[in-house]
Amino acid sequence: MAIRSNSEADVAANEAATVLQSALEFEHSVEGTALAPPIRRTQKRPRWFAFLVGAVVPVALIVFWQLLSTSGIIPAYRLPTPISVWEAGVDLSARGLLLQDVAISTQRVLLGFFLGSISGLAVGAVIGLSRWASLLVAPTVGAFRAVPSLAWVPLLILYLGIHEDSKVLLITIGAFFPVYTTVSGALRHVDHQLVEVGRAFGRSRMNLLLIVQLPAIVPTVVSGLRLALAQSWLFLVAAELIFSSIGLGFLLKESQDNGRIDRLFLAIILLAVLGKLTDALIGVLERFLLRRWS
Amino acid sequence: MSLRGVNRSFAVSERGIPARQVLTDVTLEISPGEIVALIGPSGCGKSTLLRQVIGLDSPSSGEVRIDGSALVGIDQRCAIAFQEPRLLPWRSIVRNVEIGLPRGTDRAIGHSRVTELLHLVQLEESSQLRPRQVSGGMAQRAALARALARGPGVLVLDEPFGALDALTRLTMQDLLLDIHAAEPATIILVTHDVDEALYLSDRVVLLGQAPGSAPGSGSGIVRIVDVPGARPRDRANAQLARIRSELLEGLGVERHHQVIPQPS
Repeated sequence: MAIRSNSEADVAANEAATVLQSALEFEHSVEGTALAPPIRRTQKRPRWFAFLVGAVVPVALIVFWQLLSTSGIIPAYRLPTPISVWEAGVDLSARGLLLQDVAISTQRVLLGFFLGSISGLAVGAVIGLSRWASLLVAPTVGAFRAVPSLAWVPLLILYLGIHEDSKVLLITIGAFFPVYTTVSGALRHVDHQLVEVGRAFGRSRMNLLLIVQLPAIVPTVVSGLRLALAQSWLFLVAAELIFSSIGLGFLLKESQDNGRIDRLFLAIILLAVLGKLTDALIGVLERFLLRRWS
Repeated sequence: MSLRGVNRSFAVSERGIPARQVLTDVTLEISPGEIVALIGPSGCGKSTLLRQVIGLDSPSSGEVRIDGSALVGIDQRCAIAFQEPRLLPWRSIVRNVEIGLPRGTDRAIGHSRVTELLHLVQLEESSQLRPRQVSGGMAQRAALARALARGPGVLVLDEPFGALDALTRLTMQDLLLDIHAAEPATIILVTHDVDEALYLSDRVVLLGQAPGSAPGSGSGIVRIVDVPGARPRDRANAQLARIRSELLEGLGVERHHQVIPQPS
């Protein structure tokens, strides 16, 4: 019907045109029957299509980076070439250091994220459900939330030393608050009518929570988890920059001290990739949960 | 079931809504298996009265008794269907109906009960669909099945067909009568549709402010009308038409003397 073009915008514009056209052709209303087919068509696009489109900008960035670093506009000690970053990575992994850094950082993040989101879910549920708990505890929790989390670092080091515990605990703190905030807020806004149904059918508090309230807040919880994960990576780097002898944050700090700009770039890129990968895991969880619970 | 001197007033709320008396001295005896329709002008406390009956709320004074024992909190012997279906959107129809089963029901018994109910409300074929995939009438039937799953002695319906289109409403009224014939529970039905009240109920209770009372003194029972004739009734019955115009007058709708016969 309409000519297909390669760019996304044009496709969208064409689809809009097609809708109008078919609406005119078949004398359907634009909002009604005619609008449905194009939407379904976009959903049917294969997954690699989205992947391909998403890869356009990163690839362009690397090409631009390569051109910029080889052109001589920026000296090599300020901007390494992509190849040299790659080689730094190969070098570090050949010596077994890179995998170790990545593994320990990921472990800390996952552990802290897990502990933080579980406790955030629990505390958020109690405060979101109970008026009394909310009156009693919410202001205090709010005050703790107001403490910039890095302010805990000296205390954590004093109490727990510079071992794994203190780092994981810092990340736990970082992951706790986004989940706590979203869960307690969302529980307060669960559709009152649905809660009343649960009550009318004689559900106990716990049962009500499991049957009505938790399922109702699943989408919000998932976005809370997403925020918490991002926070976890943030606090990981903070912890590792300040007190560690291994991990990606340590790699950053060490490279800064030694002027190894290629390794700095490597660490930053790895953090981006790892952050995106773990976020994609949450995305999978989200798709599963939303299919089941909405 | 009996209501004795039920009062309900609300104190000044946090948001500055002044204190008000909603129900004043509502006393009503309802015999088992009876269908009672509550009608009244909007805001007269019909739904508040229902909430006392189901135990979602408790009277400021007076009491609600079922089979001679007073109601404390949510009562297992009552079940309610609201004006909106209020189905859980993430559960299939059949899983929504299961919520109505009394707690601790044996799995197999519960399953056969739900299947039976879905058959009764003609939803077997849609049982695996989610609420958003079915029509408003189907969702309301599911809500009715959920209430029936309790095996309630008292079925409380809060404008159950109010949000449905006129045709579906008529079908649903007949369905309700079929269900009542199959499982004769006491039914308390709030409606704003006088025709519906007359078609379905044994008695119509007109709720409202007593004539001549001070404004804000709360609603009570203005009158109770025994509806003549066995069900199913002829919707165009002349006797019912006369009661209807009386009731409408009681609701503050002016009676027009010139009666034009209307097909219904």
